[in-house]
Amino acid sequence: MAGMDEGDVVLRLEDVTKVYSGIVAVKHANLALRRGAVNVLVGENGAGKSTLMRMIAGVERPSLGRILLEGQEVEFNSPADAQKHGIGMVFQELNLFGNLSVAENIFATREIVRGIRGIDHRAQVEKANAFLAKLDAGIDAESMVDDLPIGQQQLVEIAKAISLDTRILILDEPTSALSAAEVDILFKVIGELKAQGVAIVYISHRLEELMRIGDYITVLRDGQITGHAMVCDIDTRWIVRSMIGSDAKDFAKSISHKLGGEVFRAEDICLPRKTGGLAVDHLSISVRAGEVLGIYGLMGAGRSEFFECVMGRHVNSTGRIYIDGEEIGSRDTSTRIKRGLALIPEDRQREGLVQVLSIAANLTLASLERFTRFGFHIRDEREQGAIAQAIRDLAIKAPNPDFDITSMSGGNQQKVVIGKALMTNPKVLLMDEPSRGIDIGAKADVFRTMRRLAGEGLAILFSTSDLEEVMALSDRIAVMSNGKVTRIIDREEASEEIIVKAASVGHRSRETAS
Amino acid sequence: MTTATTTKGLAGGNGSMLLTLMKLRTFIALFAVIAFFAIFAPNFLSAANLILMSKHVALNAFLAMGMTFVIITGGIDLSVGSIVGLCGMVAGGLILNGIDLQFGYTIYFNVFEVCLITLFVGVLIGAINGLLITKLNVAPFIATLGTLYVARGFALLSSDGQTFPNLVGKPELSTTGFGFLGSGRLLGLPVSIWILVVVALAAAYVARYTPIGRQIFAVGGNERAARMSGIRVDRVKMFVYMFSGLCAAIVGVVISSELMASHPATGNSFELNAIAAAVLGGTSMSGGRGTIGGTIIGAFVIGILSDGLVMMGVSSFWQMVIKGIVIIVAVVVDQAQRRLQQQVALKQLAARE
Repeated sequence: MAGMDEGDVVLRLEDVTKVYSGIVAVKHANLALRRGAVNVLVGENGAGKSTLMRMIAGVERPSLGRILLEGQEVEFNSPADAQKHGIGMVFQELNLFGNLSVAENIFATREIVRGIRGIDHRAQVEKANAFLAKLDAGIDAESMVDDLPIGQQQLVEIAKAISLDTRILILDEPTSALSAAEVDILFKVIGELKAQGVAIVYISHRLEELMRIGDYITVLRDGQITGHAMVCDIDTRWIVRSMIGSDAKDFAKSISHKLGGEVFRAEDICLPRKTGGLAVDHLSISVRAGEVLGIYGLMGAGRSEFFECVMGRHVNSTGRIYIDGEEIGSRDTSTRIKRGLALIPEDRQREGLVQVLSIAANLTLASLERFTRFGFHIRDEREQGAIAQAIRDLAIKAPNPDFDITSMSGGNQQKVVIGKALMTNPKVLLMDEPSRGIDIGAKADVFRTMRRLAGEGLAILFSTSDLEEVMALSDRIAVMSNGKVTRIIDREEASEEIIVKAASVGHRSRETAS
Repeated sequence: MTTATTTKGLAGGNGSMLLTLMKLRTFIALFAVIAFFAIFAPNFLSAANLILMSKHVALNAFLAMGMTFVIITGGIDLSVGSIVGLCGMVAGGLILNGIDLQFGYTIYFNVFEVCLITLFVGVLIGAINGLLITKLNVAPFIATLGTLYVARGFALLSSDGQTFPNLVGKPELSTTGFGFLGSGRLLGLPVSIWILVVVALAAAYVARYTPIGRQIFAVGGNERAARMSGIRVDRVKMFVYMFSGLCAAIVGVVISSELMASHPATGNSFELNAIAAAVLGGTSMSGGRGTIGGTIIGAFVIGILSDGLVMMGVSSFWQMVIKGIVIIVAVVVDQAQRRLQQQVALKQLAARE
């Protein structure tokens, strides 16, 4: 280790901690970024990688600890501040203005102006084209960002970061939307930047990519750095071990029960991507009563899209769906709910809750007809009864159900969304990342509820990008990659390594897929 | 009437005094204008004047109720004023001329039938608005702006811009008695006020006690979540625009009945007064919030304000200035209340944990 530390360090984090309203995202982390090298950062979702990088890029400020740039202590108050010090970042979510041209995006906030004559559009386009040519992407600087496919948008974002002329460039999952050919170009550019002495920080879930491009690797788990090595010294097995650790957490899976017959079957589900190719690629899957099927996959694997197809959200999806062996023809979400499907959406705020309504009104929103007399009059006492029961069953901490839903914590909001779905008396429950963004106590409650419901004979499909979760909660595990199920295994036979491997399979075969 | 709200109050009873005052602001405004004019306008509190004012207010209140539902879903209906005009012409034309079947025959309807047909026309235009918005994805502002012109154009075409005068009807065609709606009385109150009471109670009931009412709020609060919860969003939107059309048709019939004549320009810019009443009553233009009770009070504040100012002899130019200021102040106070409410809620949350 001593030999390793002698590299040409440009930025150093010393004993950095970041606390968000009660949750510790990063704990006493020490990290050194080296000039002219690719510093890889790896860890599960929520391990704290992005938080760490956001602190370096000036988006967040550390709660404790200090940042040393070239040996000098620095404080970044804003991303612009960090940019001035030569730090650029490509975020996981694209930050582009779709209604502006590529050139305008690249030079946003630092337009080339000619005094009173305003922006020099021609110069901007010329310079932008030069950067784009480096990326060999065939993008015209004058085209609108909205008109480009996602992969090219990501390249624009990268071109923008390169144009900043940075000495530290952070790439947070830059390849999640790129094709194999585009990835090769990106790696070539990274190589050039390296040669110029730029320190690259590279975050990705794709292990083979990390092995190919990385020089130094740092592994994070639960906000702590659990491994640090030179890439040439290690293998993927080492990465997985450091990512997961040996101390598996205790989940609720203990009571086993008999599984029933097949309740739900999806056949040949396809969903075309807006930008060509398939987001869900001829997917077929079936679930039995009382079974919990975990769907593991990385970001963009198509899990959410598959669930949305099942619920009838996409007009141009194809394929067949059966409940209790009967095909459901109607594509309409409310018919599908009536037939026994229910979805807990991934994005609670945008798709799960109506923020202006009370806790009570949110709970009963999907099942109002249950409480009516003559088909139109909502009976208060019946509705109140159901609300009280849901609050009890799901251990929702709601002092008063008439309060606004926004007055609750994320975990309790999630329980309300689950309660809303359960009130429709579903046979099949689809849960998209049910533990996302909720605290540990609420997580345990949600997992317990899932096991209890399975015990009562409900078929549950849940998606996650947390390995431990999928191993602990599922009866069967389906691994998705690039819109396809790459592997279905029983939990007894599953191991972390098999799953991680299956989850990154699609990346290589993308060329043939599209 | 304000208890007929669907978004139940949150901060409970332990909110601050200021918050309670702010919540009651529409009431306070109403009492303030009444008290002001009782002192400064002669004869303001006489029974005759109060009834006359109520009749004026009722017209705007009908439109404002329809508008409230539309705005709660996150839309807007600019066409109501034109629907008033067109429906007035439909009613007048049917009573005066009937339907000419070209070859010498003409069908006449009795007054009841005329009213029903007119209401149907209003609902139909509302349905067209709804279809444009749900099926063809036209923005509500544009769709209803279009029907505003189209409906007004048809109203003018129907009589070549002329007034249908003297709608007394003929006893042999049983088209008499049209004036009852506008100038008749039941138990001492004008018929139009009774109709308002019935429609308002029905609308408040829908908002509070029916699934469609709850769904109106849900669609305006978060359309995607509503869709994912299985709510048929398109149906909800169709409903609110058709209801708004119905309300406008009622106003068209009532005005023609009051005047015993139909003029094609009737209802010009009524939509703006309706929006003002809804907003004054606490309806949020961003959707999801609003009450029928609040809207009715808002309509009263606006109506009393303009009638009272007329009685005081204030110039109509100043009336416009004052009305505008009142609306802006109302919205500013509304925003302040919401911020305060959030603060109180946050404090309570912090106190619990």
